[in-house]
Amino acid sequence: MIDSSSPTFWSDLFEVLLEATGQTLYMVFAALFFTILIGLPLGILLVGTEKGGLFEKFFGSRAAGRVINRVLDFIVNLGRSVPFIILMIAIIPFTRLLVGTFIGSTAAIVPLSLVAIPFFARMVEISIKEVDSGLTEAAHSLGASRWHIVSKVLVPEALPGMLLGLATTVTSIINFSAMVGTVAGGGLGDVAFRYGYQRYSTIHMVAVIIIIFIIVMILQSIATHFAKKYARTSRGMDNIDAADREIARATAARP
Amino acid sequence: MISIQSVTKSFGAGERRTLALDAVSLEVAQGEIYGVVGQSGAGKSTLIRAVNLLERPDTGTITVDGRELTALGPNDLRVARQGIGMIFQHFNLLTSRTVQGNVELALEVIGVETRERKRRAADILDLVGLGAKANAYPSQLSGGQKQRVGIARALAGRPGVLLSDEATSALDPETTRSILELLKNLNEELGLTVLLITHEMDVVKTVCDSAALLEHGRIIENGKLVDVISTPGSRMARDLFPLGSFVPRPDVTVIDITFSGGSADRPVIAQLARDHAIDVSILGAAIETIAGNQAGRTRLELPGTATVNAAAIADLRAQGLLVEIVGGVAA
Repeated sequence: MIDSSSPTFWSDLFEVLLEATGQTLYMVFAALFFTILIGLPLGILLVGTEKGGLFEKFFGSRAAGRVINRVLDFIVNLGRSVPFIILMIAIIPFTRLLVGTFIGSTAAIVPLSLVAIPFFARMVEISIKEVDSGLTEAAHSLGASRWHIVSKVLVPEALPGMLLGLATTVTSIINFSAMVGTVAGGGLGDVAFRYGYQRYSTIHMVAVIIIIFIIVMILQSIATHFAKKYARTSRGMDNIDAADREIARATAARP
Repeated sequence: MISIQSVTKSFGAGERRTLALDAVSLEVAQGEIYGVVGQSGAGKSTLIRAVNLLERPDTGTITVDGRELTALGPNDLRVARQGIGMIFQHFNLLTSRTVQGNVELALEVIGVETRERKRRAADILDLVGLGAKANAYPSQLSGGQKQRVGIARALAGRPGVLLSDEATSALDPETTRSILELLKNLNEELGLTVLLITHEMDVVKTVCDSAALLEHGRIIENGKLVDVISTPGSRMARDLFPLGSFVPRPDVTVIDITFSGGSADRPVIAQLARDHAIDVSILGAAIETIAGNQAGRTRLELPGTATVNAAAIADLRAQGLLVEIVGGVAA
């Protein structure tokens, strides 16, 4: 039991929360970095290797394209359907291989990225599918290469939807980052567990909830702000609504 | 400039297989505006998309500016497409870019460096009359303005050929006219060859030098408009001069006279009435400027059967007029 009348209580609380918030932000942003780095191309490839897609014939072979599409789709579905707590434990050997340990905030980045990548890849896929196929066609008519179509047409046009997807992704990374705390990953989840649960400190619990809420709110509104900024048309706003609905559905489906 | 040789394209497989293009051949000469008309589902869109191989034909060859596109590999085809501009019914502009940015896209694709790109995009926007809107986003423009951006984008890479896929179908009549005028000007000033598809005969009438009628994936008739209008029984000529319908009666002869070139100036009908003492009634008439020439068609009703009027009709034909008997018993 923590003694809240102790003279050092508030300064201790502050120290603990500051460190934990730092760890949480570190985990979340690092995981977010890898999620975008891997999830974005994965999402593009998911759409591209579909029938009639930009990478329909992968290295000139439709069979290769189809296989890649099936495999990616399977991986994404698998990644999204395994509950996080199980995933986190199951990939411990992999984490150890990559980071050298499975304990601490750095190690936690591995499962956090792995759970977020498939999620974000789906968001990217949905957003890109919303882009009018006429734009791809126009780019083809201008003699654009596939790289140009991806970088100058698909990604910029899908940006508003992808940013909203990113907001949802970051929220779920924060959500899972708290769970990491229970297996010695550190962060705000760790504080809530060790102080709030094991030592019955309601103040710690409430503080953690408030901090997490503030982080989510800030990131969410930044993403929404930019999503709206880049949506240049009423159709763009429809895209946002459509993407929002898709995201709501995808999120609800998560076990 | 554009040569389409027995191009066939089908969609679907097995029982649901439909033939969109059935051995279509077409020649578009350098510097002309060529219109392909037909109803929806006739295969027009497939045809124009086959020209730059957005839709690869099953069989047949496409040659543009001396290069056989159907024989090119992916990279060469990409480069060849840079010499063929295309505009679309729904404009297909990037919502994330300004007007200027949309035009610059065409130049980025062909690797024009930044300063040169900005200058050329500004020039071409001036040419289409949108210089003042360079920094607007497509969502802030009217349909006609969007299509002007589409045209600017298509022409930024200085192509010799412009393909127009129902470019005016989403526009109101007045805007349609101004866009067609722009196309005509660009055709004259830049020597641009234009292949357009449309379901509106008015478009063909306004800008085209030549036209083809497409039906169920086949070309029913084609040729220079000046020739088409003086072709007996031509479906396109009938569509170009809509005269409406009439109730056939056994005791009269109804004839359609097509005037073109010099004959449009002569008092043909007055002369007919005088020389043959016939009480001519005019059922309908249409005068149009087609491919820069005055041309017209008049539907006349002559009392008596065609046999009775044979001399009068022969006389008209002797004057070099195209006379078709559309009602009454043929002589």
